[in-house]
Order: sequence, then structure tokens, then C-alpha cells
Amino acid sequence: MARRKERIDRPVKVLSDDIYALASIRNMLYLAAPRVLPSLLLLLLPLLAPSAYFQRVITLAALYALLALSWDFLERSIGAVSLGQSLFFGVGGYLAGVFNVTLGLSPFWALLLSTGVGAVICTVLLFPCLPLRGIYFAMTTLVYPLLLSRIIEATGLLGGTDGLVGIAPFANAWVEQYLVLGVLLGASFSLSRLLSTDFGVTLSAIGDDDQTVRACGINITLYKISAVAIASAVGAFAGAYFSFLYMFVGLSAFSLELSILPIACAVVGGMRTLIGPVIGAFILVPLAEGARDLGTLRIVFYSLLLAGLILFKPEGLLNYLRRKYQQVERWVEV
Amino acid sequence: MVLPLLIYGLINGSILALTALGFSLTYGISRVANFAYGALYVLAGFSAWFFLNRLKLSLFLSLLLSILLIGLIGAALYRIALIRVRGMPTSEIIVTFALGTAALEALRFFGFLGSHYTLPAFYSGALPVFGVPVDYQRLFIVILGAVLFLALWIFTHHTKTGLAMRAIAQDEQAAMMAGIDSDFMATLSVGLGAGLAALAAGILLPLSYIATESGSNILVYAIAVCIVGGLESTTGVLVASLLIGYAQMLSVIYLGPHYQMIVALLAILVTLILRPSGIFGKHKELEERV
Repeated sequence: MARRKERIDRPVKVLSDDIYALASIRNMLYLAAPRVLPSLLLLLLPLLAPSAYFQRVITLAALYALLALSWDFLERSIGAVSLGQSLFFGVGGYLAGVFNVTLGLSPFWALLLSTGVGAVICTVLLFPCLPLRGIYFAMTTLVYPLLLSRIIEATGLLGGTDGLVGIAPFANAWVEQYLVLGVLLGASFSLSRLLSTDFGVTLSAIGDDDQTVRACGINITLYKISAVAIASAVGAFAGAYFSFLYMFVGLSAFSLELSILPIACAVVGGMRTLIGPVIGAFILVPLAEGARDLGTLRIVFYSLLLAGLILFKPEGLLNYLRRKYQQVERWVEV
Repeated sequence: MVLPLLIYGLINGSILALTALGFSLTYGISRVANFAYGALYVLAGFSAWFFLNRLKLSLFLSLLLSILLIGLIGAALYRIALIRVRGMPTSEIIVTFALGTAALEALRFFGFLGSHYTLPAFYSGALPVFGVPVDYQRLFIVILGAVLFLALWIFTHHTKTGLAMRAIAQDEQAAMMAGIDSDFMATLSVGLGAGLAALAAGILLPLSYIATESGSNILVYAIAVCIVGGLESTTGVLVASLLIGYAQMLSVIYLGPHYQMIVALLAILVTLILRPSGIFGKHKELEERV
């Protein structure tokens, strides 16, 4: 007797997709639970962490989550694959150093300004490849971090190979831990929301078929610029935050690890879901920190994990969980 | 001042052409952007070093074996990995980039990279060319570059396999109707590209040594040459390498050695702004300039 597995939506899922979501408490809880509970857990994490070391790991995971979120947003919206997330991170990090050390701004203003100015700088740098499609974006983003670190090395600007030291720390440990978690929650929910607005739908359409969108009389370059600006603001914030966390910024802000780990986080958690990369970061970053003794061998592991997952299990954790939460499976006879 | 510039610019251009040829060939035929290209180059250098110094084979045999080995690795990369994600550019890019990074970082971790890992020159010594001393290895690079271009041109225009490759590059659907196996051609193109990377490693490494940085440098230079010349044009590779080669020599003479990489990137940016499909990428212009 031949059988196959059939998946159908749960009744409560079908109801809560619609206006009936408001019909009963159960439907509302069904919708709220997967959003509220993980957010609460995230906010409780620093309180649950047994030592300052674990609190630092949580903050780092949140920073990588922001980078992975920015990567996934670019991929999900305009279909651009970035091989140089460290560009955003490094630009943000160095700007924070310049604003704080050279211009003497307070961490709060330096963070805000480096996010904004970083977004502008990265967008201007990437602008030449935006009117094109295909692999141009991947190639250009791959080249930039290498180039910027070479320029800094060659000219000795911004502290050269020594980096910028003496960046002010955050006011206190609570600000240090909760600011990034707040921004992470805000960014992931607002970016997911953004993608279901008209603006976001246009962005996704550009990712699917740019020529058709262009034929509708929409200026796609303008939309691509906004998507890159949003993604680079998120990445630059993470870089600037990192500088204040370690009171230092150096050439390591452009390192390859910062480009490959966010992609690995996004693939583990589920590409094109925006929330998946955050989950991926909170799984991979603690593992990576635990294996710090292995040095660069860690990069070998993430890269192999990344290639293996893309080839054999491209679904990602979040898509798996979502399927289990929304659908029932049963065997039916064919 | 002018004569050394002319001669060393030509040499530098030939070096760039040799580096970029494999990347351009693979992309031109199968539309696979092989971001593991730099890693294949470094692996080739290391395997040639291993055959030469550990297995005590002759230089010629070591180079031949390393070209074969890396060519097979490239073909396997397509057969085992890329074939599963063919036609999904995001996945293709991530897989090649991740595998390349894994190979480079593994070599770095085990300490197989550094100044004593280098290959010997074929003949040491130098020859004056119009009064400028040029060592034999650099002369050989120019000659081999020219021979390679000629051989590739004959291969793609006068052999059945070469013609089939061009057919796939021009119109995959029509070529498949004519009985050309698209997957076989793609395997061949990735393998051939990897083999060319290995060949480049064999002749270029005697000028420096094997380092992780050379992996990323090679990839960046290959990308620069391919964008400036037009992503799938072999003539473009030649012209773009000479252009960038001379520009780099000028920057070295007037600014300093650190600016070579910056020149390559500026070339990419200027090309993307002024003529996005590259100097010789004519027929694709409308499709690319969205």
C-alpha cells in the first residue's frame, strides 16, 4: 500500500490568518505566543546569565544577530547577496572611534551618528553596482572590506595597523546589555513589518524580477538604494556598538569572520525569514565563543557547516519550527 | 624610466591575464561565479610544493600533477556540490565562497602558508631586454600567457568540445536541443578554470610565496579584470589585464607599492559607473544595465 505524507494547515492557523483572529482569546494567543515568548526570553537572558562572561557572549550574539539580520534583509528584499558584511561593521566601528576619540562626542551621540553616517557611506560606496543585477553586488561587497583594510594599512590613517584605542565605554553594564537587545528586537520586528507594506512588497518584487518592476514605471535603483541604506545602518550600528563594547577598533573590524559568520547564522536559522538569522546567531555565536581556543579553525567549521546546510538542508530552523507550529502532518493512502 | 615601465607593465598585465583567465572561462561558459578560485590557486601552489619537496618529484612533473589534481577538484566541486544548487545564484555564491574560505583557513591553521613555502623558478638568471634586466621567469610568464591565449582560442574555435562550450555559453536551451550535455560542459568549464588557476599558480608563485592573502588577492584581481573586460569575454580579459597592469605599474612608480590593490578597485568602480558591461561585454549590455 503506497502512502504519502500530507501536510495541512491547522484550523487555528487558518482562523487566525483572518479577521477571526480577534474572535477568541485562543486565536489571539496562537498568534501572540511565537512572538511574545521568544522576545521575553531574549530580554530575560542577561538576568539568567550566570556570569559577566556569559552576559558578554549574549551581547556578542546580539551584535552578530544584527549583522545576520542585515544580510538576510538584503537577500530577502532585493535579492542581493553580500559577501562583505564586515564592510558595514568596519565602517560603523571606525566611525564610532572617530566620533568618540577625535571629535569627543558622547557614546550615545557617537552611536547614533555612526549608524546614520555609516549607512550613507556604505550606500555611496556600493552605489556603482546597484543599477546592475547578477553577481556584481556579491563581487563588489567582497572587494570593499579587503580594500579598506589595505588603505588603512598603507596610509596609516585612523591609527593604521594599531587601530584606535581609548574609546569611551558605555555608562553602565545594564545599558550595555539592554540597548543592543532592544535595538535587535525593534529592528527584527520592524523589518519584518516593513516587508509587508507596499514599499516592502515592491522591494521583494525587485528581488524576484527587476525588469517587470521597472516596466511598471518604478525607479528600481531608488528602491535598491533604500534597501542597502537600511541594511547598512543595521550593520554599522553593530560595528559601532562593538567599538564601545571593547573600547577599541582595529583592522579586525574588516575581518573575514565577520562576513562569513552572519551568512552561516542566516542559513542555520532559515534564510529569507528575518527572524531565523537572529535565532541562528544565538545558536552559533555561543558555540563559536566556546571554541575560541581553536583559532581560525572555527572559520573552517562554520564554512563547512554553511556549505553543507546550503547543499543538503537549506530549509533552516525557523522554517522547520514554523511548519510544525502551523501544520499537521498525516499519512494518507495513495 | 619609460622603457622599464613599458616592459614591466606588459609583464604585470600578463600576470593579471593568467590570474583572471580561469575565472572568466568558468563564468563565461557555465555562468558559475567561482568564489573558491583564490583557494584553488593557493591549493595548487601548495600541492605543487608538496609534490616537489616531500615526494621529491621533478619540477615539471609536480606542476603537471598539481594542474591535474586541481582540475579534478574543480570538476568534483561542480559534480558534488554545485550541481545541486545550479540556477540558484545565491546558493552558488555562498557554497563556492564558503568552501574556498574553509580551504584557505584550514591551510592557514595548519601553518602551511608562509615565506618558505614557495616554488623555484624554471631557470634563474636575467636577460637584458632593450637594456632593461628581466629575469627568465617573468619573460616566461609573458610568453606562456601569449601561448595560452592562442591555445584557448584554437580550442574554443576549432575543436568539437570547444565549440560545444561556446554553444552552451550563447544559448543553453538551443545547445541542449542539439544534444550537448549542459552538466558535462559545466563540469568541464569549472574543472578547466581550476586547472588554469593551478597553471597560473605554478608560474606566478616563484615570484612570491604561498600565503592566505594571495588567495584573496588573486580572487580580487580576477574579479577586477573580468568586470573591466566584460564578464564573459576572453579578448576583454586580455585588454583589461594590460590596462590594469600598466595602471598598477604607474601607481607603483609614482605613489608606492601599496596602491596596486586600490588601482584594481578603482578600475572596477569606474567601469561599473561608465560602462557596466565592461569594455567587451557588448551583447549583454541591455540585460545587465537594469
